[in-house]
Amino acid sequence: MLKNMKKSTRSNIITYAMVIVAYIVMQTLVSTGSVTNLIQGLLVPLCAYSILAVSLNLTVGILGELSLGHAGFMCVGAFVSAAFSKINATSIENDLLRFIIAIIIAAVCAGIVGILIGIPVLRLKGDYLAIVTLAFGEIIKNVMNVIYLGVDSKGIHFCITKASDLNMESDGKIIINGATGITGTPHSSNFTIGVILLLITLFIVLNLINSRSGRAIMAIRDNSIAAESIGIDLTKYKMLAFSISAMLAGVAGALYSHNLSTLAATSKNFGYNMSIMILVFVVLGGIGNIRGSIIAAIILTLLPELLRAVNDYRMLIYAILLIALMLFNSSPAGINFREKYGIGRLLHKNGPDLSETAGTQRAHHVEGAGKKGV
Amino acid sequence: MKKKIVSLVMAGLLVVSAISGCGGSGGSGSSAAAGSSAAAGSGAAAGGSTIKIGSIGPVTGAAALYGEAVKNGAQLAVDEINAAGGIGGSKIEFKFEDDEHDAEKSVNAYNTLKDWGMQILMGTVTTTPCIAVTEKTSADQMFQLTPSASSQDVIAKDNVFQVCFTDPNQGIASAKYIGTKKLATKVAVLYNSSDVYSKGIYEKFMEESKNQSGTYTVVAEEAFTDESKTDFSAQLNKFKSAGADLVFCPFYYEVAAVVLKQANEIKFTPTFFGVDGMDGILGVENFDTKLAENVVLLTPFVADAQDEKTQKFVAAYKKAYNNVTPIQFAADAYDAIYIIKEAAEKSGVKAGMKTDEICKLLKEAITGLSFDGLTGTGMKWSADGAVNKDPKAMVIKNGAYTAMD
Repeated sequence: MLKNMKKSTRSNIITYAMVIVAYIVMQTLVSTGSVTNLIQGLLVPLCAYSILAVSLNLTVGILGELSLGHAGFMCVGAFVSAAFSKINATSIENDLLRFIIAIIIAAVCAGIVGILIGIPVLRLKGDYLAIVTLAFGEIIKNVMNVIYLGVDSKGIHFCITKASDLNMESDGKIIINGATGITGTPHSSNFTIGVILLLITLFIVLNLINSRSGRAIMAIRDNSIAAESIGIDLTKYKMLAFSISAMLAGVAGALYSHNLSTLAATSKNFGYNMSIMILVFVVLGGIGNIRGSIIAAIILTLLPELLRAVNDYRMLIYAILLIALMLFNSSPAGINFREKYGIGRLLHKNGPDLSETAGTQRAHHVEGAGKKGV
Repeated sequence: MKKKIVSLVMAGLLVVSAISGCGGSGGSGSSAAAGSSAAAGSGAAAGGSTIKIGSIGPVTGAAALYGEAVKNGAQLAVDEINAAGGIGGSKIEFKFEDDEHDAEKSVNAYNTLKDWGMQILMGTVTTTPCIAVTEKTSADQMFQLTPSASSQDVIAKDNVFQVCFTDPNQGIASAKYIGTKKLATKVAVLYNSSDVYSKGIYEKFMEESKNQSGTYTVVAEEAFTDESKTDFSAQLNKFKSAGADLVFCPFYYEVAAVVLKQANEIKFTPTFFGVDGMDGILGVENFDTKLAENVVLLTPFVADAQDEKTQKFVAAYKKAYNNVTPIQFAADAYDAIYIIKEAAEKSGVKAGMKTDEICKLLKEAITGLSFDGLTGTGMKWSADGAVNKDPKAMVIKNGAYTAMD
């Protein structure tokens, strides 16, 4: 049945099926009580990181531009949605409805910021673009650190100096308190919503890739001069990919912020550390490989937590495992090994040999990345 | 095709067994009986004869110093208590998990400790992660005593108590102290605007200082951030020209050392007034301790204090941890473990009790307690979780801390 489909459709179905099966398995395990508290607590972050990895893959893998400021868009989504939820905690009583509106607001705001940043940034290429996105990511984080926002009977107050300058009435409450961030965000995220958001993200990204626009975006990646010469509007398609990527990062931010009761913009969660972390998911999962991004995000988020048993050595082991994964993924010997003994090979023994096409695809991306000097 | 399906199923099974395998081994034997996951919080009673106390804090990353101190201080107290027979006859098991000063990691660490069978949480060390964790402990009804998370948001839940002062308390106490002791007439304030701790104290200090206008006025206030904490000449010159005779410094000692040095270079010699973060100034490497002469600090703990309890603790700490001088965080953690011990013994907490039972008992016991520890005598707690103790003012004379009267 699967054999008669287009290759891309088949691959997409496998990706959706993987997420849905993982969801059903986890839900069954949780309801029978055989999952540790740790794993249960990680389910929502795993969804958020998967969404981030998939959305960054759109910029890095499909558009072919190295963005190092992805966490900035996540930051926008997280703060906007958390502030919205906190302001309306009493006025919108339905938890789910409030969260859905918050997610939409997060997506719109992150998308707008994506467009605003995209206007100057997308005129650049390669390393320069990477550096500027890094700077914008840091700017967003630092701006979030100085914002004070309060609500009282007269409306919303805003300033960037200190909380007492908000001049609120006595009934006022502070929503965003500078570097302290937002505390007391309602806990609306759950695994089901996370998986639904991940599926929506996959739907958007996979459909975009296989659409006319997606082919145009990939043409720009492969050779922008050739693409321009056949009449592809470079700015439009670059902006399309970049803003959709930012929007989805905003959704992930909303999911993240509604899972914790505190939200403060530190370099750990919204700074370049996080941006690099997301990039690592994308690179180790395979640039341009959406399914790989999800798997890498899950493995690399779980690893440091599961390594808690070895305590002091866990950061060391984590680093070594990263290197090992990288070798397995992209060294010639690693590729050779996987082609000989990999799961893909076992699955498709009777069908057409996928590993070969996958191999050429990968070589293609590596070449593309090499050209940009990445 | 058949083969494909078979191998897929096999792979799936492998994943399932791997995940649930973790569940079995980490759940301290209670996973089979835990039943529905929702009840896991109250059902996590650890079998056996030990009381399991968990702790969370940063031992990697930028704030690692504080987590390490808490870990060591608590371990020292646990070892002492166990050597003396434990809490009401049952030994303490202590486990510390890293949170890298990140809220998300902190919740993960909490869940890990819950899987281990933790009954009481002594943590977390830093404020922002602590607030995220209090939401979880409150849902699970687990007793939580934080040694050093000082924001007021930390104690919003009824199961959370603090050993340290809240930030507002320090600011208010400092402002009042300067007023009642008539230490100055013109005060300048320097603070770290990117640090929650420093900013929290600063804001309350400014509020309270308005009430002290009879004795002194604040003539200048300047801020710096984590990125700009190497050059203070602009701020100090401003203070100097404003004629300040006291500079209030609510930040940590590493920065304070730089400030003192640069003040000396421009011949600016007001009284420097620090809070608990200033403790440690005499131990900064390559710092001329003469510069710290006459610095006043309002702190619950100094390692050089002459009382017997502190000296015993400092000696034991140095012996156990490579001659490192304990900072206030270590003392807070040491006290925290003893506070838990005293409250537990008073209310008859026994090993094998459920976490919510222990929480209920300890919550009642701690509000009736009067505890003498390293960081204060006669420490009392109100039901809102804040501690009530007198800050001690210290002044540095001849390179050593001496109590100010």
